[in-house]
Amino acid sequence: MVEVQFRFRDDETVNDPAVTVDSFSEQSNASAVRIEPGDDARDLLPYLDRLSLVEVSFPAWTDGRGYSSARLLREAGYQGEMRAVGDLVIDMLSHLKRCGFDAFAPDKALNEQDARNAFDRWDNVYQATVVDGRPAIWAKRHPA
Amino acid sequence: MYKYDEYDQQMVDTRVAEFRDQVRRRLAGDLTEDQFKPLRLQNGLYLQLHAYMLRVAVPYGTLNSAQMTLLGDIADKYDRGYGHFTTRQNIQYNWIKLEDTPDILAELAKVEMHAIQTSGNCIRNISSDQFAGAAADEIVDPRPYAELLRQWSSFHPEFLVLPRKFKIAVIASETDRAAMRLHDIGIKMVKNDAGEIGAQFYAGGGMGRTPMIAPLIREFVPLDQLITFSEACLRVYNRYGRRDNKYKARIKILVHELGRDEYVRQVEEEFAHLLTQPIEPPLAELERIKAHFTAPAYETAASDDLDLTDPDFRLWVERNTHAHKQAGYVIATVSLKPVGGIPGDATADQIRLMAQLAKDYSFDELRVTHAQNIVFPHVRKADLYTVWQALDEAGLATANLDTVGDIIACPGLDYCSLANARSIPVAQKISERFGSAQRQAEIGELKLKISGCINACGHHHAGHIGILGVDKKGLENYQLLFGGSEGADTSLAKIIGPGFTEDGVVDAIEKATEVYLANKEGEERFLDTYRRIGMDPFKEAIYG
Amino acid sequence: MKILTGNDLKTGAVIWWTGVGWSLDVNESADVGEHGAALVAREEGAQHAVAAYVVDGEKTAEGIRPAHIKERIRALGPTVRLDLTPKASDPAAADWVI
Repeated sequence: MVEVQFRFRDDETVNDPAVTVDSFSEQSNASAVRIEPGDDARDLLPYLDRLSLVEVSFPAWTDGRGYSSARLLREAGYQGEMRAVGDLVIDMLSHLKRCGFDAFAPDKALNEQDARNAFDRWDNVYQATVVDGRPAIWAKRHPA
Repeated sequence: MYKYDEYDQQMVDTRVAEFRDQVRRRLAGDLTEDQFKPLRLQNGLYLQLHAYMLRVAVPYGTLNSAQMTLLGDIADKYDRGYGHFTTRQNIQYNWIKLEDTPDILAELAKVEMHAIQTSGNCIRNISSDQFAGAAADEIVDPRPYAELLRQWSSFHPEFLVLPRKFKIAVIASETDRAAMRLHDIGIKMVKNDAGEIGAQFYAGGGMGRTPMIAPLIREFVPLDQLITFSEACLRVYNRYGRRDNKYKARIKILVHELGRDEYVRQVEEEFAHLLTQPIEPPLAELERIKAHFTAPAYETAASDDLDLTDPDFRLWVERNTHAHKQAGYVIATVSLKPVGGIPGDATADQIRLMAQLAKDYSFDELRVTHAQNIVFPHVRKADLYTVWQALDEAGLATANLDTVGDIIACPGLDYCSLANARSIPVAQKISERFGSAQRQAEIGELKLKISGCINACGHHHAGHIGILGVDKKGLENYQLLFGGSEGADTSLAKIIGPGFTEDGVVDAIEKATEVYLANKEGEERFLDTYRRIGMDPFKEAIYG
Repeated sequence: MKILTGNDLKTGAVIWWTGVGWSLDVNESADVGEHGAALVAREEGAQHAVAAYVVDGEKTAEGIRPAHIKERIRALGPTVRLDLTPKASDPAAADWVI
């Protein structure tokens, strides 16, 4: 089991075993799922209320499908833990967070200080992803 | 042109700090080359055949004289006294040191420039019509929309590790000067029946090893849905673009494999969903950006008279200037294709001179074209002779725009680690063979494009004549293609037959121009004659 | 012979393995025999070289010449800018790569 190194939630860490997306619909007691890059995260939409942990796997950090998976589940209203797992690199941490990830379990522990710097790198952002709750620069330029 | 506000400035400054930190971690050994490479590429830093190469973004090809001056200064201070203007309207330097790069980026940031996303599997610098804001035939200036998209695409967190690179072009004229349909997404600003401006979207075009012309995917996207629709196009691509084979990872393959209709269905479905998310900037933001692109303070009674008694000047005016929407002004293009020269290269002094001329005579504005030339978009006709004289003195007054001498060429094996053959020496030999102005005038418009490998950075698929360099058992060999075009009549060139040596390909092109001149009817260009008579007469003359 | 080339991590300059270190001059290349892969791993790990790889080369009267045109251009520099190469004063320098 990979360690969660960074977590931005106040609730208890969920440690339920994550099942695959394919088997999730049949396992009515499962509350944790693991999404691989090739999985369609939308298959989980009917079950969002019984999910408390979504692990999104990054076998290679250069495969960016997990960013869309996380964001679209958040867009659909998923509130539980969204954990990025696998080949995570410091320089992408803030972008992962902006797509709705709030827990990070890298294969190899990241340098703590460099990672904290990376999370705090961008004071402002050009886009509204909505799911990170951050106002875009355009919203600051045109306050409602 | 667009001016950064405090937010824009903060974004580029933050990027400089981030990259400085990445370089520090690389040099300290905290990052391996495998880890660092995708990061440096997202900041335009390649490792090429001889050294690091830095590609600096020129968003939609527009820059001011302070920026241009700095580009010249960087060439002197950090490189070897020259820069290379590229087919993505950018500039790249060939001899950069990794340890200098953070300082170069810091200098660029001071004049509102950067190298963000000029490489890597992300949304690249957005290209546009080099005559934007000046062309007589545009319905609006396309650059505000390109700037809106630039900001949206910069550090877009969901789209930084796409299956492959992603290129967007925005135009707003019937005449396509930006090869719009050869982009991953091509956007044409249009007016609908109600007189409203909107965006027509094309998707899935591109060159590379599998050239495709982008099909239309939506007739009209209203301006207050532009970002949302773009986001839908990108999300479908990010989720379903192929990642098993880098040569099949561009969006053109996805659109081709799904079929245009199925891709459109998926995009529309995603679009309908994203419309429920408040991700679209308000129209007020577009208005804010537009205010930066108002027309310069033209002299209203500027004379349309032009003294053409100097024959060299006359030739240059005929060849290298275009109609401006403002009476008394012209658009002037500086050819970076001197006879026997390296296409797209300019010395630091030449770069600074062009900056000064733009400041004095073109309302402080320059453009980089995808054909690797420089444009002064707003020159008063009364100043044109003075401008030309200054250019002529600096070796920048070659009168060959869109002729056989105005060759697009990738850096090829002289600089590029991916190339199979050299491109530049072929371009030099062709421009020398057709060096006489009379010869060029006789042949007229002939777009010749050379790539040193199948990645097609030299756009050979879109050349009236295209040349593709290949490696034939360790020797450079050149394939010849005819019939491509990147304009409103976009078509892909076809290989005519077996390849040639370097000298052989120059001879073959000469024979092709003879066939054209012998068969030409009326005002036909090479391309028109080729399209009418087909490949056979050319093959016969070349291989016969 | 097998020779080893790469780029200097900090400067990007093309470098050649001499048997004890790296040189900017192809003529100082050592024959790495079967040890190329191990050297690549060691030198990249040591933060000296980047993108190192082994190529065939031969000793000629004029010095060491890589077997493939790509590495010959690496050794010389751009054939279209001989002024920037080590053979700046030799107008026929480009012939060496062909």
